[in-house]
Amino acid sequence: MEALSDEFKLEMQRRMLRIRAFDERASKMVKRGHIPGTVHTSIGQEAQVVGATMALGDNDYMTGNHRSHGHPIGKGSPLGPLMAELQGKAAGVCKGKGGSLHLADFNVGSLGESGIVGSSIPIAMGAALSSSVLGRDTVALAFFGDGAANQGVLYESMNMSGVWNLPVIFLCENNQYALSTPAHTVTSGVISERAAGFGIPGVRVEDGQDVLAVYEAVSTAVARARRGEGPTLIEVVTYRYNEHSEGLRLGTDYRPADEREAWLQKDPLVLFREHLIANGHTAEEMDALEASIVAEVDEAVAFSEASPWPDASVAFDDLYTDSEYAA
Amino acid sequence: MTVMSFLGAIGAAQKEAMDADERVIIIGEDVEANVYGTTGGGKTRQETGDFVQMYGRNRIRNTPISEEGIVGAAAGAAMTGLRPIVDLSYSSFLYMAMDQLVNQVAKNRYMFGGQASMPVVFRSAMFYGLNTGAHHSDRPYPMFMNVPGLKVMVPSTPSDAKGLLRSAIDMDDPVLTFEACLLWGLKEEVSDEEFWVPFGVARTHREGSDVTIVAISSSVQEALAAADALAEEGVSVEVIDPRTLVPLDRDAILRSVAKTGRLVVVEPAHRTCGAAGEISALVAEEVFDSLKAPIVRVTAPDMQIPFSPSLEKQMYPNKEDIVNAVRRVTGITNPTSTLAAAGN
Ligand SMILES: Cc1ncc(C[n+]2csc(CCOP(=O)(O)OP(=O)(O)O)c2C)c(N)n1
Ligand SMILES: [Mg+2]
Repeated sequence: MEALSDEFKLEMQRRMLRIRAFDERASKMVKRGHIPGTVHTSIGQEAQVVGATMALGDNDYMTGNHRSHGHPIGKGSPLGPLMAELQGKAAGVCKGKGGSLHLADFNVGSLGESGIVGSSIPIAMGAALSSSVLGRDTVALAFFGDGAANQGVLYESMNMSGVWNLPVIFLCENNQYALSTPAHTVTSGVISERAAGFGIPGVRVEDGQDVLAVYEAVSTAVARARRGEGPTLIEVVTYRYNEHSEGLRLGTDYRPADEREAWLQKDPLVLFREHLIANGHTAEEMDALEASIVAEVDEAVAFSEASPWPDASVAFDDLYTDSEYAA
Repeated sequence: MTVMSFLGAIGAAQKEAMDADERVIIIGEDVEANVYGTTGGGKTRQETGDFVQMYGRNRIRNTPISEEGIVGAAAGAAMTGLRPIVDLSYSSFLYMAMDQLVNQVAKNRYMFGGQASMPVVFRSAMFYGLNTGAHHSDRPYPMFMNVPGLKVMVPSTPSDAKGLLRSAIDMDDPVLTFEACLLWGLKEEVSDEEFWVPFGVARTHREGSDVTIVAISSSVQEALAAADALAEEGVSVEVIDPRTLVPLDRDAILRSVAKTGRLVVVEPAHRTCGAAGEISALVAEEVFDSLKAPIVRVTAPDMQIPFSPSLEKQMYPNKEDIVNAVRRVTGITNPTSTLAAAGN
């Protein structure tokens, strides 16, 4: 793998910081009632998200799941319309009709999150089918969790994209829990090894807190897909720091007390900050970068707060392309 | 004009659409070998005009038996530039893909604030009446009428099958088409020209003044036979085929009932929450004052379909059931008396 430029690495840190700051703010806003419903944060998983999204090109597609604020942010989506969507405002990226569970920003290839676990996986395969049929060189990536890895549709999709050599990457974010359920109690064997049954590469990134390791694994899969050599399954081992869903007060008692502490020692943002400092940047620069990201999130919140609520009629459009409610 | 069967008309529409637009692909189980006769010029591969020969495997996608994956792939492809026609063979197999149909196909455009469009057609055959037992005899279109975001068509003649399918393929919204296998062999002169039958426009098969029959799918033929028989008794029956259930041509139905004052709704689906129930409610809400008699539904009972031919044949509305229903709404019990003589 060719060495990454300094600017590229700074951008990685910038995007990881953005996800952290955005999700920390969203968590607070939910608890204060400033965001309706709930949100699922990617706090702790930023390296896994950014390592993957930055390995994709601007025109590449991706689909996400319920824990998917980070995916569009990682792909370069502006924060204001995302925050407005979380608040249900008119300026939201989905006009206030999707919310946290259904963010989508087609401008950056984000074809949408799914609140149904596993359900968006074949959508990414379909985007890869378009590339294949139309002779484009775009690839598609499906983000899903260790819980979703036990949905049958993943295996239908791996099989079908295997026989058709589709340019798709199945990226399992193994944060080791599906809500309260430890992955090892419901998962027979190793997720990445399941790829072998379909004759496609299966890769396990053991250190999913290392953004460069994730980037390298995903870049290899992207290059392979672009060469027309077909799909790859990548399992990234990571950890979520917060509860499953903010504000639901589900607690985290199902996790051993010292487990989170151990993972906090491998905070991807701290690790990469140290990497950047070891490679010529100063702590002051890093502090300034972090402060600038907090300011960006402040701006996004201000953008959202300034937006009006959607007009009531908005609930009744966008069902069909050619007619309104009650077709 | 060419005499086409119902199935031949579907094949002709698919061929026209494949020729007209490179983005149209066909995806499904056994589409390559043309076993159902809609992806080739003839019934066998030996005949010329096989779709694989014409369009290649890039656009004719023979799939594994993975309905959920197929429907999801078609949805993702539709969101990114293709216009897939998905052949799901039997309508009972739609249930395997319920999550994709309801949670992705129907909702994505709406949830994402109009960023997605979903130009995809899901074809499936309703194999009822052919002694295939409960797992292959479903008529599930009413379930999908209950899912906002999907459009539903139920053609009942070869020309409608061709024209509606062209419209469906060219449309930017997802369409489910339900093809009654009892109609597969039905023949009719169909234009060789390309033509498009619009959605939301009912077809009045027969005009009449005493009773409106709204009939769906294979029930249209039964209703026309009943109307012939009733005409001999002096009862004038109007037969309307909505052709598409979503969108539904409400005006055509309401106008007809306002004229005749009587409504019989006939369909091969189950009684509860069926299209007939929906149409009945619409008429009761909108033109109650025009009604001279209670509305009567003629449907399949809320029962699964038995295998034995001797058991199955009683399950779907037939000509006699429809004639009896019309007698009920007209108050005629003596078949020889006319409507006028009965004091109507
Ligand atoms: C089909 C389906 N089943 C169950 C749920 C409820 N649910 C939402 S998130 C979740 C856990 C998902 O775990 P995983 O896939 O590992 O993702 P993570 O939350 O860990 O990122 C569950 C059970 C759902 N949304 N959809
Ligand atoms: Mg998980």
